[in-house]
Amino acid sequence: MNPPRPKPRLDQENTAFWTGGREGLLKIVKCGDCGEFTHPPRLLCRHCQSENVAAQAVPGTGTIDSFTVNHQPWAKDLKVPYVIARVKLDGAPGVYLTTNIVNCPVEAVDFDDRVRVIFEEQDGLFYPLFEKAD
Amino acid sequence: MADREAYITGVGQSEVGVRLPRHPLLLTVDAVREALDDAGLTLGQIDGVFTYPGKMNGYTAFSPVASEDLIEVLGIKSKWHMGAMEQPAQLSAIGVAAMAVKQGLCRHVICFRTVYEAGGMADPAQYMSGAKQDSVSGSSQWTSPFWATSAACWTAQYAAKHMHKYGLTREQLAQIAINASRNAMANPRARAITKEELTLEKYMSARMISTPLCLYDCDRFSDASTVVIVSAGDALDEVSASPIRIAAMSGSVDRYSWDQVEEFAAYETGADLWKRTDYTPADVDTAQFYDGFAFLPITWLEGLGFCGKGEGGRFIEGGTRIARGGELPLNTFGGQLGAGRLHGFGFAHEAVTQLRGKAGERQIAGDPRVAVATSGGGPMAAALLLARD
Repeated sequence: MNPPRPKPRLDQENTAFWTGGREGLLKIVKCGDCGEFTHPPRLLCRHCQSENVAAQAVPGTGTIDSFTVNHQPWAKDLKVPYVIARVKLDGAPGVYLTTNIVNCPVEAVDFDDRVRVIFEEQDGLFYPLFEKAD
Repeated sequence: MADREAYITGVGQSEVGVRLPRHPLLLTVDAVREALDDAGLTLGQIDGVFTYPGKMNGYTAFSPVASEDLIEVLGIKSKWHMGAMEQPAQLSAIGVAAMAVKQGLCRHVICFRTVYEAGGMADPAQYMSGAKQDSVSGSSQWTSPFWATSAACWTAQYAAKHMHKYGLTREQLAQIAINASRNAMANPRARAITKEELTLEKYMSARMISTPLCLYDCDRFSDASTVVIVSAGDALDEVSASPIRIAAMSGSVDRYSWDQVEEFAAYETGADLWKRTDYTPADVDTAQFYDGFAFLPITWLEGLGFCGKGEGGRFIEGGTRIARGGELPLNTFGGQLGAGRLHGFGFAHEAVTQLRGKAGERQIAGDPRVAVATSGGGPMAAALLLARD
């Protein structure tokens, strides 16, 4: 059994991201004026500084931009190896998520793999992890 | 006309070790004394103190000493001081000190970086009380929840991409670590960190931390203090050592997010440095590049234009070009991989030492006059171009 994942402290900026999984939705802040995405989430658009922003659901699919197979147990009882990946999100140009690729052997993960989000709940927070889509 | 340039006039360093019993404040004072002796200055002539990142309450292993601690215990009559993490990277403390002396706020200032990460790990109650992992906020909430806990995991993904995109190999990357260990063996201050020369065979069979980075690609927690004294150009007559001019400096942050950047800040910072000087990469006699992870010097080689983007692996192939006798001697003191995680200041210390011809057994040949020292990794970077006129 892995130790509990570090728990983000919810605030005005990040709550939609960390709780969107309750409805099965991956939510990224989008600008209602210029249409660009801002991640990490902020209260204004980082492209045009408009305050007309809201967290909006994105498809929840993406592509592995890069990844690492982590072998070092950074916490007591943490099971290794596991995959940490930088996923380029579909439908949110310029946004990447650091995440884990799960439900497959670490050897099965490669660059440009198509992945889709699955949520892992812990104490009311929904961690967006990804699994291979095909 | 008054000389409004900024110069490094003294360097000093404490003992470098792992779990040193000596208190980090005393290590800092040791380094200050050595730097003052080196410059031929006395405490009474110091009128400023600059550090990175300032005392980190709750995680004093990372930064145990405040600039104000030194002002207090050394009796410094300070005209300006600063300790801050919100800067491009570690060496930016020296950059700000240079601005202070150029502006005439100060004449001679102490810049220091003290680390107690090895000793602190052994005494977490005193040195790491705030380092709890169960709750995260700020930038770490985008990495730690996925057990991407260390900068090793973040850097690894960019190194992996460099391999995928440009064909960097582990054998090439190994040359950074092997070169570091070889140079560390010639550095008396690195004896507690590097005890034998690393071989390619040992590197290739080392355990992985976060692919493609293995154990030898990661620097090692150490206990040490490094001091650089920066002086105003019109105060050089008070200094006995050979002054090293800060010929240019640059720093950059575009996104303050490790995982949102397409490439590391070393590229922007590297390109900027040459816009602020008439020197070119061909003038550089030695490079002291931040190597908290072995991949980082590759980004600096490419970012500063010593080779093209994507060509860093081939540039260091075989290691001869970056060796002490090569065309671009790299991290001649052992870098952080070989001489301990001094956290940025070691690179400035060594650049000055080499430019003055005072590096003893590890001194590079010829008459080195220009050096680059860099710090940072990921989305933040700062660089200094140093010259002996």
